[in-house]
Amino acid sequence: MATRLLLGDEALAQGAIDAGLSGAYAYPGTPSTEITEYVQRHVAVTSQSIHCRWSSNEKTALEEAVGMSYAGRRAMASMKHVGLNVAADPFINAALIGTRGGLLINVADDPSMHSSQNEQDSRLYGEMALVPCIEPADQQQAYDAAIYAFEFSERHELPVLLRLTTRLAHSRADVEIHEDGSRPQNPFSLPNDKQRFILLPAHARARYLRLLEQQQALVEASEESPFSTLSLEGDASLGIVSCGIAGNYVQETFGGKVRHPWLQIGQYPLPVRRIEALFSRCSRIIVLEEGTPFVESRLRGLPLRSSPEIFGRLTGHLPRTGELAPESVASAFRSSGAPSADARHRPSPLLRNRPPALCQGCPHIDSYRALNQAMAPYRDRGRVFADIGCYTLGAMPPLEAIDTCLCMGASITMAKGAADAGTSPAVAVIGDSTFAHSGLTGLLDCTAEQTPITVILLDNGTVAMTGGQDSQATGRFAQLCEALGVDREHIVAINPRADRHEESVAIIARELIYDGPSVIVAQRECIQTLRRSNSTRKPESPPRGCRQDAKGDPQ
Amino acid sequence: MKCDIVLAGVGGQGLLSIAMLIGRTALDQGLRVKQAEVHGMAQRGGAVHSHLRLSDRPIASDLIAVGTANVLLAMEPLEALRHLPMLADDGVVFSNTTTIRNIPDYPDEEVLRQQLASRAAIKWIDAERLAQEAGSLRTANVVLLGALSQALPMEQRIFERAIRTMFSRKGDTVVEQNLRAFAHGRSAVREESAP
Ligand SMILES: Cc1ncc(C[n+]2csc(CCOP(=O)(O)OP(=O)(O)O)c2C)c(N)n1
Ligand code: SF4
Repeated sequence: MATRLLLGDEALAQGAIDAGLSGAYAYPGTPSTEITEYVQRHVAVTSQSIHCRWSSNEKTALEEAVGMSYAGRRAMASMKHVGLNVAADPFINAALIGTRGGLLINVADDPSMHSSQNEQDSRLYGEMALVPCIEPADQQQAYDAAIYAFEFSERHELPVLLRLTTRLAHSRADVEIHEDGSRPQNPFSLPNDKQRFILLPAHARARYLRLLEQQQALVEASEESPFSTLSLEGDASLGIVSCGIAGNYVQETFGGKVRHPWLQIGQYPLPVRRIEALFSRCSRIIVLEEGTPFVESRLRGLPLRSSPEIFGRLTGHLPRTGELAPESVASAFRSSGAPSADARHRPSPLLRNRPPALCQGCPHIDSYRALNQAMAPYRDRGRVFADIGCYTLGAMPPLEAIDTCLCMGASITMAKGAADAGTSPAVAVIGDSTFAHSGLTGLLDCTAEQTPITVILLDNGTVAMTGGQDSQATGRFAQLCEALGVDREHIVAINPRADRHEESVAIIARELIYDGPSVIVAQRECIQTLRRSNSTRKPESPPRGCRQDAKGDPQ
Repeated sequence: MKCDIVLAGVGGQGLLSIAMLIGRTALDQGLRVKQAEVHGMAQRGGAVHSHLRLSDRPIASDLIAVGTANVLLAMEPLEALRHLPMLADDGVVFSNTTTIRNIPDYPDEEVLRQQLASRAAIKWIDAERLAQEAGSLRTANVVLLGALSQALPMEQRIFERAIRTMFSRKGDTVVEQNLRAFAHGRSAVREESAP
């Protein structure tokens, strides 16, 4: 054993490597990005030939991982919570074909929306897909969970959802890791039972029945899970149910010695017998969980013999939104017992917000300045549909250059719908990585109908928002757009620099009046990645999949 | 023994690297560590912070509860004010004197300082000046770490070893500058406490 200081994300990744991982597939997204970055930097990528490369989006990542599992090897796909929306189709269907090599789907939820547009809870997806879900409580469990989950996945022939939340994903702690080297990777092997892998309705019905039959075994496994504990000792006037890291706040509240009967849940589906044991002893139950009141609402609906009163987010004893904190948990215990509020720690009236802003010298600023000027005559009837990335910050003053931001890829498609309804000019602003993620198909819709939209493709050569990962389509935008049917005449470049401002304005203005889809590629490197590649000395062995060797690497 | 530290600053000031340095040093000294941070926003200039918990016993929560931190290290005065509610009644603030006024409505500096002084025990450090003296403005974060280290339960030489390891990749000059910056910060707290 060795002790290492690891983020929850990193502990999970190290566990997966030690469990004989063969392929790590992912699309970046806070707070999940460090899972894959850790694997990329790890020596095992070269010494054990682990396949590790960013995918175009979460759906492609998950399908690639499913393919590797099909061929017998252990694979994982990692993403942030909204990424699972993109990957929902393969996610739900992968439960039907099942796994051969162990398959982990690592999803990091972001309650409080530290860097996300919503705070959806992935456990609901787990329930919908009828797959087991593991929710580690700390960094050590994140490490152990990866090892356990691969084994579990192979034993039950099912993918396993591994749910993290921001606080665990992005918090470091000392983790004990095995030093005796990783388990050998599974050998390559192809299956022969075709029916299982071809989800025609006739086969799918049989697979669905099998999946339903497996549920009882999954519940049994949850009852015995090393990630759940039940203690029936202490003051039974109140019982506690906590999930994942919420259990840490329970411990913090009681200074380590919890005085009430307590069920800590780290694996789903819910362990019904353990719940029944707790319920039969306590007349009141408090439920503590990160994200949606998922367990809280399921507990209310369970057909059990005893039905204690249940407190939680739905009853207002905990805030309905946002992540838990030691003080909100402590105060929930007080308000479900004797209330005592303390208002000592009010923020000062002098306080001012300091929101993130585009870096000084960012290429997006020059693109927006040019766009703003070109759009000035159309402010009443034109709109700018933007997308997700650093450039979403163009919404803030002084630029205030965009009108919408929905989800990745929605710039082009919303512009199309709005153009269909009469918006003119309809401008789509999209980053290079977002375009590769989910802009291409929308552009195909536009060329199919010659919809008059103007796409501004902000090519800063990287996925800047999430810390500078490789972008899939770098250097290939003109070819891609032409292949999608955009007229070559209307695929034009601008140079987003202050000294080329007038020229950029003229080019954008010209495309705004074109009666068909046009793409303006604004190409200049993100100054943060530029600075980093200028300042870093050559590392001893450059990590695979990183910028230094990515170009021209035919992997 | 437990020590709960809140680090606060502005993106780009090197806050997360000193959080890492403290974490590694504590681990070297055989302590348990939890260090929560929010990162992912690549842009510079927004508020950032990290919660660091050190103890000789297992630590449950990754987050420090409001009103219980022993130390607040602020790399910028307005950020000190933002995280002041985290501090315990007998907690101490170490704050850089230099402001970063990248927002339109930054409060009056004098009023801000008075407000901070009236609400907590505060030690001011002119990190930029000391960093310059150490040989590079970029070591301002390590100056502040030096100052903070006076309040932490770890030995100076273990800090110095962690600094060596962390900067060794960047060459001897950078290592030396950072060691000097650390020493300057450490003695600054002993010598001066008002700006
Ligand atoms: C479905 C989904 N996956 C991932 C993310 C996280 N994310 C936000 S923006 C972004 C990519 C930004 O890259 P790019 O479009 O190149 O713009 P840049 O930040 O470089 O300006 C990612 C991966 C997300 N919000 N939604
Ligand atoms: S990180 Fe890069 S793309 Fe993002 S704001 Fe800064 S310079 Fe612009």
